[in-house]
Amino acid sequence: MEQPIILECRNVWKLYGAQADSFLQTHGMQPTPEALRRANIVSAVRNVDVTIRKGEIFVIMGLSGSGKSTLVRCLARLIDSTAGEIRFEGRDLLAMSGPELIALRRHKMGMVFQHFALLPHLTALENAAFPLEVQGIDRKTRLERAMQVMELVGLKGRENRYPHELSGGQQQRVGIARSLIVEPDLWFLDEPFSALDPLIRREMQDELLRLQARLHKTIVFITHDFDEAIRLADRIAVMRDGAIVQTATPEELVLNPADDYVAEFTQHIPRAKVVRLGTAAKPLGPGPFAGDLTASLRVAEAADRIEAADLPFRVLAADGAPMGQIDGRTVIDILIGREVAR
Amino acid sequence: MRRWRPADLLFWGGLALVTLVLSLASKQIGVATGWKWLTKFPKGWELHADRAISAAMKWLVEDAALGPLRFRDLTRLLSALVEAPYFVLRDFLIDGFQIGQGQQAVPVLPHVSWLVVVLGFGLLAHRAGGFRLAALVVASFLYLLLFGLWESAMVTLASVAIAVPLGVGLGILLGIAAFRFRWVDMALRPVLDLMQTVPVFAYLVPILFLFGFGAMSALVATIIYAMPPMVRITTLGLRGVPEEIVEAGRMSGCTPRQNLWKVRLPAARGMLMVGVNQVIMLTLNMVIIASMIGAGGLGYQVLTALRKLDVGAGVEAGFGIVILAVALDRLSQAIARRSPAVPAEGGWIARHPRSLALLAVLLVSYPLGALLPALNSFPESWQLSTGSFWQEVISWINLNLYDQIEAVKVFALTWVLVPVKLFLLGIPWVWGLVLAFAIPAKIGGWRLGLMGLAMASFIAASGLWPEAMITLYLCGVSVVIAMLIGVPLGVWAGQNAQANAVLTLVIDTLQTLPTFIYLIPVVMLFRVGDFSAMIAVVLYAVVPAVRYAAHGIRSIDSQLVEAGLVSGCTPRQLLWKVKLPLAMPSILLGLNQTIMLALSMLVITALVGTRDLGQEVYIALTKANVGKGVVAGLAVAFLAIMSDRIITAAVNRKRGEDHA
Repeated sequence: MEQPIILECRNVWKLYGAQADSFLQTHGMQPTPEALRRANIVSAVRNVDVTIRKGEIFVIMGLSGSGKSTLVRCLARLIDSTAGEIRFEGRDLLAMSGPELIALRRHKMGMVFQHFALLPHLTALENAAFPLEVQGIDRKTRLERAMQVMELVGLKGRENRYPHELSGGQQQRVGIARSLIVEPDLWFLDEPFSALDPLIRREMQDELLRLQARLHKTIVFITHDFDEAIRLADRIAVMRDGAIVQTATPEELVLNPADDYVAEFTQHIPRAKVVRLGTAAKPLGPGPFAGDLTASLRVAEAADRIEAADLPFRVLAADGAPMGQIDGRTVIDILIGREVAR
Repeated sequence: MRRWRPADLLFWGGLALVTLVLSLASKQIGVATGWKWLTKFPKGWELHADRAISAAMKWLVEDAALGPLRFRDLTRLLSALVEAPYFVLRDFLIDGFQIGQGQQAVPVLPHVSWLVVVLGFGLLAHRAGGFRLAALVVASFLYLLLFGLWESAMVTLASVAIAVPLGVGLGILLGIAAFRFRWVDMALRPVLDLMQTVPVFAYLVPILFLFGFGAMSALVATIIYAMPPMVRITTLGLRGVPEEIVEAGRMSGCTPRQNLWKVRLPAARGMLMVGVNQVIMLTLNMVIIASMIGAGGLGYQVLTALRKLDVGAGVEAGFGIVILAVALDRLSQAIARRSPAVPAEGGWIARHPRSLALLAVLLVSYPLGALLPALNSFPESWQLSTGSFWQEVISWINLNLYDQIEAVKVFALTWVLVPVKLFLLGIPWVWGLVLAFAIPAKIGGWRLGLMGLAMASFIAASGLWPEAMITLYLCGVSVVIAMLIGVPLGVWAGQNAQANAVLTLVIDTLQTLPTFIYLIPVVMLFRVGDFSAMIAVVLYAVVPAVRYAAHGIRSIDSQLVEAGLVSGCTPRQLLWKVKLPLAMPSILLGLNQTIMLALSMLVITALVGTRDLGQEVYIALTKANVGKGVVAGLAVAFLAIMSDRIITAAVNRKRGEDHA
């Protein structure tokens, strides 16, 4: 069952340089990198197609300078793309007027920023309540709402601190609270944890997964950290030089990298943490079986049980139908990377 | 370190040589060839911009009208609007409220007791910065009371209280406009440059014409003088807000207006408070000059003391201004730094104990003041004066050190001041124009060269060439001496925390001292003349030389210093090969500021009898000659702007080379 599409963009370009607009037209909307270089035009985003469905965590991953931040700003229309089509819930985002866009942001979108972007003159609570303040909602109501989101992000008791009195992790929790207060349908997170220490980063990733399990938002998550992308994503788009190289689930990405560039990232990722039983399973044998396991489980999650048993396990698809079997040998192959599954 | 290229060496060497020869021989060449115009700008070629400006001013004041509304009515309306709150404040603080005018005036309410004012500021300081600040502020006000400066100080305080909010408010609005609209920014830049470089004396006369002698003129002059940094800082602050914060505002659903007022402006708060602080300091700097056109107050005390050469009274009143400036400065900084507190629990009464206490004291003070005159006005018998002490110090120096001082003075005059003066005056103006093109063009490109040529031509065509040369000579010598003293001190302060603490105190005091104060002791010790002017200018202009050098040394990346250390540098090598080259851009900026301050001080030293552009401006002021004052003022401004542009170009070029 496919979820409805929330955000969809086609052939999005963002060029910087003199006469960038007319340049695209004169080159038939498909300029070559050489032509761009000759015209001294920087292409931050090149011909990007993205489809984001309701309830998924869509990660855009790329190294610095790959254009991922520019792309997310185009998707949120913080900057106008040079060419292309962007639809939000079926409406043409690029055709929206200023007031329409403001209304959209007040009710349907939220964004978290890399360096938190908190207002220094407001307390944590007032920062979280800021989107409601600009909507003209009275102080009492908006602070009550803000208290609720502060509790949600685990900052109860620190509402009256100023941003500079909070640690980086706490500041980003305020940023998350602020972006959630309008109950957005679409939630942009622009490298939200990149400025944090590794331990805090991990903690915040868990926190994000916890929140998502509760709230079921549609998330566009930007990162330069492939491990983070693997941990969080339902689907990942890998960007390089402004273009998307591959869009796939973490599992597909690891098992079938589109090119050497993607493979470079995936080769250090432990397969067992990505590959699911459904993919690793061998054809169903006659049995007997040690038990049943669902196909969506990752190999690493089930490895102990499979290895401890003498018999293979049956692997069941989402609808309960048996689709194959898996034994300790297969698991060990995957764990030590002896042989690529499938 | 940059090596000199042969072409550069040839250019500068040749230029210096030709200039020297022409300067020494111009008289002879003029006589031999019969070209009189070579040494003296021909009268017939003069532009007479001054007459045109005077005529325009006359037309503006007497005839200009927009429909039924005459320009003069407009300025009067403006005066009335601004003066109303000023006089209410003055009545409250010192004059007392009255009904009716002149002889028929009936006092309604006496002025507020000094106790209430001291208490009010003390409580405000306590709220903003705790007991230490409160003690400082109360002590400052006690100084004013003890030295009998209370009334003047209150008059000054009233004008500061009007000028600062007006200057800040206008500055922020203009700054926002310049931020929002590119054309406003483009239009404002040269105007602000002029406002900051034209000497105050030059626009006093036009202001007097428009607004008449009195508080309004003083306020207008003060605001023109104090506002420009606020405009610049506002624009800079708004631009400097991190892009992410602005995006956060937009994603929160701010309209463009909300994004400006609720996101950008508050996020730039720190910068804005720097601007407010600047406005306060500059306003107090203007107190004396403003008193020349009717502001009264502490400035007037200093001015009268200066006229009578009464060192003691001048120093006391001058310190009164300094103390008021320091108190207001610290107070405003503390208010800026204080994060807004969490609102306390309880009703209004519980939340505002200070305000209530003050209100109670205020109400009680009026009836009590009627019974106890000492409460109303600080009794004279409690007052002190150190006047005789200062007088004695000066007399003692004059009696015992006269020969030594005289020797120094004669030496400086014979070996430095007079030769430089003769050299500069000897340069034929035609060659001067060539230099005015060649030097900036070499450093900053031909556009800058053309600008220099245009400005120098204006000066020559206004018949002010010799005066400009004298200004250049006094300014140049003073700046060189100020840099020679200031940079080593700054380098020392940059490396030594104790030296820094002492020097900071000294230069802070030097900077808050109103420019006029310098003149009193200098004149008492060295009498009038170029040497006195030079000393006063050096004292005033040394501040940025020290400050920027110290800042430059301190802001060097510590890793670079460590890299020098592990490369085996001796402390001396570390200073010359690592620290100084890295601090050079900052030192050059200090040079720039030093020149600016020297020029502004030079105009004031006209009071001690120099013969430069400042004197021209001052004469125009005393004769109320609008055109002449404005033209001479513009000439000073052009010198300032050119030196600023040349140094900026040099700094940019140096940075470019460092990065290349």
